[in-house]
Amino acid sequence: MSRKVQAVKLLDEQGRRVDGRLPDELRPLKIEVGKLKNADGSAYVELGNNKVIAAVYGPREVIPRHEALPDKALLRCRYSMLPFSVVERKSPQPTRREIEISKVVREALAPAVFLEEYPRTAIDVYVHVIEADGGTRTASIIAAATALADAGIAMRDLVAAVAIGKIGDVLVVDINGLEDQYGDGDMPIAMMPQLGEITLLQADGVFKPEEVRHALEMAFKHIRYIHSVQVRALKEAYARAEEGEIVG
Amino acid sequence: MAESRLSVKVIPTLRKDLLLASLKRGERLDGRGMQEYRSVKLQCNVVGKAEGSALVQLGNTKVIAGLKTVLTNPFPDAPDQGVLIVNAELTPLASPLFEPGPPREEDIELARIVDRGIRSAPAIDFGKLSIIPGSKVWGLFIDIYPLDYDGNLVDAAGMAAMAALLSGKVPKTAVEDNRVVVLEEKENLPVLTKVAFVTIAKVGEFLLVDPSLEEEMLADARITFSFTERGEICAIQKMGAGSFSIEEILEAQELAEKASKQVFQVLSQIA
Repeated sequence: MSRKVQAVKLLDEQGRRVDGRLPDELRPLKIEVGKLKNADGSAYVELGNNKVIAAVYGPREVIPRHEALPDKALLRCRYSMLPFSVVERKSPQPTRREIEISKVVREALAPAVFLEEYPRTAIDVYVHVIEADGGTRTASIIAAATALADAGIAMRDLVAAVAIGKIGDVLVVDINGLEDQYGDGDMPIAMMPQLGEITLLQADGVFKPEEVRHALEMAFKHIRYIHSVQVRALKEAYARAEEGEIVG
Repeated sequence: MAESRLSVKVIPTLRKDLLLASLKRGERLDGRGMQEYRSVKLQCNVVGKAEGSALVQLGNTKVIAGLKTVLTNPFPDAPDQGVLIVNAELTPLASPLFEPGPPREEDIELARIVDRGIRSAPAIDFGKLSIIPGSKVWGLFIDIYPLDYDGNLVDAAGMAAMAALLSGKVPKTAVEDNRVVVLEEKENLPVLTKVAFVTIAKVGEFLLVDPSLEEEMLADARITFSFTERGEICAIQKMGAGSFSIEEILEAQELAEKASKQVFQVLSQIA
């Protein structure tokens, strides 16, 4: 999330982006539910070149025990970029970036979960970024929320997310790695799509005051679409389960 | 210590109804209006050995920040740019809520919010901190330590970091035979804009500027906006386990923008 001198032309004369998309065009999104057997819930997400898998364990016993909360579940989240997910090998130790993202992803999911339904338990969310190309935190939120629903945990709503970027003065949706590196701004946004509530909002780069409203409105539109893909993926998994196939 | 930690956490929770009732009457528990920033005291150059430093008192929250400049190698993807490293440590000296040990996510998040605001603006002309492009640049290390925690560390830490940069001096250099010579004379840092960090807490349906510790603990969520002097937004961070509607975000943005003028006023006292 750092700005560098623009060395790459990110928008051509036709207003197309480096990967041929229009400013308001999402990358292809694929969601598969219940791919893992051990986890109580799981989801695999591909968003363009991003490949992310999320596993949910719980509600289960809290270890260490003293961390248990008397009135609600302890939601824990760990976001990890795997060493081979990026061009230069990343050390497997959690970086400061990953620690921060783990926190904001947890706080993006928390408003959607009825944590008070599960006192003295832990709900653990593990997200592995298998391949990264800009927008891994938003892809992680899409995967994690879907995995929580797959685990059968009571939720107010799903959570879906997308990043709005800025190239010059143009707001673009769902920025890829190049656009993140050389663009002029990055604003990841997560929402509960049916309640219309924002659960994650970050930004770097420079935005004019009115651009924040435009970015939020632009994101909401795509978040509703992403939500429909999440719902379809969950329904497909349940249909498979009804046919007798065991789902993770 | 466990007992005091518990009381710090439990008492505010019991006071939530009281706070909400008070907010419905348009008053905060400490008597402030909804949009009222606490009084700010700023002292610069409090550490002789640091290249820049500041002590900020925001109500009863106290934060010290120091700037050390170090000759270093640039990052390979930005060979002609100076380096900025922001670090923050929430030590048990500042609050019974803080525990000793390696940095936790709160410490890291605080440092990264301040870093992003300064870097995105950008507050510093990093190109001017390059000495021999590709091999030697100035590294600016800002270390932030809360001394007394009574809510809204982000704004206080941001102000202290910005004040340390504004009051900071970096030695002049000369290059002889491709070697850097550090001269006696010092100059101001190449500041392009001041950055103001303003945090808004959401408690029930209310948006509160500059939350106190009690308000912070009772808040559903918080959001920090960082502004340049031109009124642009150079970083945002939502924190906490609650959510905001789009309208609430935009209202918070407006409140924050108004309050940022006060922060800029404080920072403009620095010569």
